[in-house]
Amino acid sequence: MSIAIEVDRLNFSFGRGVLTQSVLKNVTISIHQGEIVLITGPSGSGKTTFLTIIGGLRQAFYGSVIVLDQQLINSNEQTKIKVRQQIGYIFQQHNLLKSLTALQNVSMTLEMHNAMTERQRLDRATEMLEAVGLGNRLDYKPEQLSSGQRQRVSIARALVGQPKIVLADEPTASLDKQSGYEAVSILKRLAKESQTTILLVTHDYRILDIADRVVELEDGIIKNS
Amino acid sequence: MNWIAWFYFPARLAWRQLVFDRTKLIAATSGVLFACVLVFMQLGFKDSLYASAASAPVKLSGDLFLMHKQSEALWRPVKFKRSELMRALGNPAVTDVYPLYLGLAPFKNIETQVKRTLMVYGFDPDSQIFNVEGIKNKRIELQLKDTVLFDEYSRPEFGPIRQLLDAGRNKTEINDYKITLIGTFRLGVSFAADGNVATSDLNFMRIFPNRNHSDIDLGVIKLRPGVSVTQTQFELRNQLNEFINIFTYEELLQHEMDYWANMAPIGFIFGFGTIMGLVVGLVIVYQILFTDIANLRNEFATLKAMGYEHGYFIRVVFASAFFLAVFGFIPGYALSIGLYQLAESQIFMPMPMTFSKVVTVFMFILSMCALAGFLAIRKLRVANPADMF
Ligand SMILES: Nc1ncnc2c1ncn2[C@@H]1O[C@H](COP(=O)(O)OP(=O)(O)O)[C@@H](O)[C@H]1O
Ligand SMILES: [Mg+2]
Repeated sequence: MSIAIEVDRLNFSFGRGVLTQSVLKNVTISIHQGEIVLITGPSGSGKTTFLTIIGGLRQAFYGSVIVLDQQLINSNEQTKIKVRQQIGYIFQQHNLLKSLTALQNVSMTLEMHNAMTERQRLDRATEMLEAVGLGNRLDYKPEQLSSGQRQRVSIARALVGQPKIVLADEPTASLDKQSGYEAVSILKRLAKESQTTILLVTHDYRILDIADRVVELEDGIIKNS
Repeated sequence: MNWIAWFYFPARLAWRQLVFDRTKLIAATSGVLFACVLVFMQLGFKDSLYASAASAPVKLSGDLFLMHKQSEALWRPVKFKRSELMRALGNPAVTDVYPLYLGLAPFKNIETQVKRTLMVYGFDPDSQIFNVEGIKNKRIELQLKDTVLFDEYSRPEFGPIRQLLDAGRNKTEINDYKITLIGTFRLGVSFAADGNVATSDLNFMRIFPNRNHSDIDLGVIKLRPGVSVTQTQFELRNQLNEFINIFTYEELLQHEMDYWANMAPIGFIFGFGTIMGLVVGLVIVYQILFTDIANLRNEFATLKAMGYEHGYFIRVVFASAFFLAVFGFIPGYALSIGLYQLAESQIFMPMPMTFSKVVTVFMFILSMCALAGFLAIRKLRVANPADMF
């Protein structure tokens, strides 16, 4: 199995001089293609920071972070954009575009790929929404959907581009027990079908059973990997 | 396909975001509409001013025109000697020369007796220097003592002269001198004079007792058919006194318009008004786009996290600016047509909605919105995708 994410002695800190706050300390981890890894740990331990570095959203300077064969340490904007385009994000808040329907929101992922026709895009987005159980909500705007439905739209949006990696930061935090578990199960099922790597941050111990591996981050240090 | 997508997708997103928030759309559109109407009105008044400023010279019929170099405009001439005009006859290309006498004088309203200043044109009725029907076909009657023709296009404050004439009431006073109105003609008012009358040079001297034949305001020169106007103009420049301007017809019109555009503060005022309209529109559109970007910061950051490039968002903002320009311009244009007609009926000056004016204003509005977009784009930088998690 190939390696999707290879992190070696990553160090990251916020601030400068006396205000420097070291957030990630010598983090080393490799994640295989198709693996589902959960990251847990107390609040403020650096989980979100770690995820944003992997996703090419935050620039890190020390160590090595190779994501889909791209070195992200001291990388340029183009490299980061390339990595971002191959990653599906699921945010804690659904972060859907409120002026767009569910279908249009999901299509936004595909509009970056010029190879498809508009018809193909809409068909794919429709299939994806059907797969998350929202085939009858295609033309609903986010404000017309429940929070569980919105999170499922954002799962569809993250997966529709067939990304190699899905990053999710506490995706169930704003959902009730039932819809939270539902959303994560859908995510797992679809990811397993297409050999997608998942890196998921959660506090939610009810969903630990979907993982191939659970990693605990405490104070910027990986405890058991 | 590629470059269509390059522009089409961001434009479509801009469109969807605009029509989603109707209140904001209406606010932004009203801002553009306001700017649009303001600019249309300013340009309309300005053009109308220039057009009407030249309404008298436009109707003059001659090949060359003499004017004192110190004459800023026809309505405030500096007099020069008639003998200067006569010297032009020495040039073999010149067939006829005619003096034109001008004077502003109070005209007594026949009904209300209220006096109001108008422009009096005095000239030899046989000269045909005015290419105006109402004047040409009254040339015999104009030879009589104290007969005057009235410009129908004068402001209504002078009284309903046509109806009064039909009713046989044709006596009034100009400059406290009793005259008889013998008909009307159509010339048009300007910012300089609210009304016009035409009379013979002899009657002119009677109305203005301290004027005399030898001091003239404008000289009209007619040339033999076929001779070169510019060549003769060149020759006359050497023959006549250096204090005299020798204009062709076009140069005379230009001289009049330049006066209003440059010498008079009015040209500046309208230019200033135009800029004010654009600035107000700019501020409104900028404000709308700016708050829009601020409100949509999370959405833009989300798209950035998905892999959209900075250029995409710039295109979204410019597309929004473009749509606002079009949305505001269409009703602004329609409203301006109405206001032009209203203005025409109120100030008795032509306000044509020309195609070039429509294009000019649209270009103004478009640049205004583009500039607003350009300024607002700086706000995009705060859309940091790292803050999305
Ligand atoms: N943008 C930032 N600027 C400065 N400090 C930050 C920033 N984001 C997070 N931190 C700090 O970094 C530490 C780790 O934060 P985070 O990665 O969000 O932890 P977690 O997601 O595990 O709760 C916290 O102490 C937090 O206060
Ligand atoms: Mg966090």
